[in-house]
Amino acid sequence: MLQNESGAVPVLAAGARRRDREDRRTVGSPLVADPRMTCRNVDVYYGEKHAVRGVSLDIAKNEVLALIGPSGCGKSTFIRCLNRMNDPIEGCRVTGDIRLDGADIYDSGVDVVPLRAQVGMVFQKPNPFPKSIWHNVAYGPKIHGLAADRYELDGIVENSLRRAGLWEEVKDRLDQPGTALSGGQQQRLCIARALAVEPEIILMDEPCSALDPIATAHIENLIDELRANYSIVIVTHSMQQASRVSQRTAYFHLGDLIEVGRTEIVFTNPLHPLTEDYITGRFG
Amino acid sequence: MNSLTEGKQSASGRAIERVRRGLGRRHAAERRFRLYGLAAVCLSLLFLSVLFVSIFRGGIGAFRQTFIRLEVFFDPDVIDAGDPGSGDYGALVKRSLRGMFPDVTGRGELRELYALASTGAAFQLRDMALASPDLIGRKEAVWVPADDDVDMLVKGVYDRRLPESGRRTSDRQLAWIDRLEAEGKIARRFNSLFFLNGDSREPELAGIRGAVMGSVYALGLTLLLSFPIGIAAAVYLEEFAPDNRWTRLIEVNINNLAAVPSIVFGLLGLAVFINFMGLPRSVPLVGGLVLALMTLPTIIIAGRASLKAVPPSIREAALGVGASRMQTVLHHVLPLAMPGMLTGAIIGMAQALGETAPLLMIGMVAFIVDVPGGWTDPSTVLPVQIFLWADSPERAFTERTSAAIMVLLAFLILMNAAAVLLRRRFERRY
Repeated sequence: MLQNESGAVPVLAAGARRRDREDRRTVGSPLVADPRMTCRNVDVYYGEKHAVRGVSLDIAKNEVLALIGPSGCGKSTFIRCLNRMNDPIEGCRVTGDIRLDGADIYDSGVDVVPLRAQVGMVFQKPNPFPKSIWHNVAYGPKIHGLAADRYELDGIVENSLRRAGLWEEVKDRLDQPGTALSGGQQQRLCIARALAVEPEIILMDEPCSALDPIATAHIENLIDELRANYSIVIVTHSMQQASRVSQRTAYFHLGDLIEVGRTEIVFTNPLHPLTEDYITGRFG
Repeated sequence: MNSLTEGKQSASGRAIERVRRGLGRRHAAERRFRLYGLAAVCLSLLFLSVLFVSIFRGGIGAFRQTFIRLEVFFDPDVIDAGDPGSGDYGALVKRSLRGMFPDVTGRGELRELYALASTGAAFQLRDMALASPDLIGRKEAVWVPADDDVDMLVKGVYDRRLPESGRRTSDRQLAWIDRLEAEGKIARRFNSLFFLNGDSREPELAGIRGAVMGSVYALGLTLLLSFPIGIAAAVYLEEFAPDNRWTRLIEVNINNLAAVPSIVFGLLGLAVFINFMGLPRSVPLVGGLVLALMTLPTIIIAGRASLKAVPPSIREAALGVGASRMQTVLHHVLPLAMPGMLTGAIIGMAQALGETAPLLMIGMVAFIVDVPGGWTDPSTVLPVQIFLWADSPERAFTERTSAAIMVLLAFLILMNAAAVLLRRRFERRY
């Protein structure tokens, strides 16, 4: 099922590339000075469907980058390219150039296991393993061999749960199934699970869409704290959430990256009319 | 019902009124549908209970057998103490029967008298003497199996009010049996022979041990082969194989194989395992191989279905923390799919346990008295044994047929219970 084209398209092609719709050209500042990840001319196809069109975007260190846009605009598809989670999808093809610390992650020699250990992911629907809370968090470190013994593993589990703000609630019932927790707790458990493998970048695909406002606030605070050590890319449908947690915001529209900029500028003074329509509620 | 006439006048009355008018019909349809379902369940329960009751009524008698108490003198003149295996034990049986009825003299009369005890009585005495040679020279009271005609008469299967010509027991025999019963020398006891013996021409000596062991060996091999191969195939096809023309072709063929009549698998086994590979006939080894081939498609299809039922979010979760595809499958997908796979395997095994046709083709229908001791000993299996007994003319085999069906059903229930237990265990691990 590994059918993606892993051949890299040269970065140089960015300037030479012709746009058939000039008004869909990305405006703002998609590129940053000292990026963790760089994406150039990323196209994603699902069979015949062209889901992401020529996106070029950088992810900076210690920033929260919010991806917003109407449903089906390709933001989830794009975020899943960043740790190659699209690989198992039948008929999905990714072209372009995505680099993590300068190394092409779609190169044929790249092993997705360390890539995904480096670029963690939290999904839209909380998806804890049907195992105990402890096993949920310990699973990643265990398969990567991050702990020498059970004692060290216990330490990683506690530390990850603490960072996810869940430790106090579950410390007495680590042996209970993770699926028995409430929705918000499950999502924080999934975040703890992602943190346990000590990733450098965390991708969050609408992490709060299934949660109530209190659980959402919890996770937003958490994202804010995590920013000190990680780069975070978050897909969200809530513009309030994007403005609360992110430093930069990218607006996607029907597969095109329309505008990227500092969050406060995108929301107060958008450069592109499509962005303005969306954030003022005239579209979407 | 005045709203009905209104409705006719203005077809587009208020929506709620039109809804109300249709309600009666809707409720009636619902009630009718529930009734159909209930009737279907009741009907199937009725048939099932008729089946069970008829099998139990026919077969329960076979678990008890009529025995005759003989005073046997292990005569050292007849049985050589140095070689107890070769004595004429039949003579001992005849002598003790004569001892009970000393007034019987004529040749024909004596033959009728000797016919009361089973021919197996001599073997029983021989086994006793072999087990403890110090019996020789002593007198011992021994319960030996009665002949199947006596057994049927004592159990009331044969009608003793019929004229002598319509009976299988003569008037004289009837009188002897009555006297023995009055003296307490004929009794019905638990029929351990049925569980300890192999097949026999004599119904009172015929047992299912040979068939049960044959089934155990054949099914053991079937499980050993088809479960791992089936699961490996299902996992590969579902989790790893690319979706192309070849895998689709394989999928279609597996589905077709599941629908192939089982006798075709028997022909395949005959051609490949016996004729080409030269394996012996009538052995559980070949039976197990054939049944494994027959069971594989069922296990693969059930396995794929249960793998498909595992939510993709679990795979994403595992891949997302950096598990390799094999780790994802082994640690998360397979344990979740295991209960469904086990169900499929048990269904397949139950099917194999009840299968007769393919085994006929590889010679497992032979009359075999010995209980098999391994995979290459000739044997038969439970359903074939049932088939053989159902074909036998003696009345006593009728109840043994039903009893063998009961044993087969007991094994099926046991297997299903095991499946339920295993499933619980796998589900409890989370």
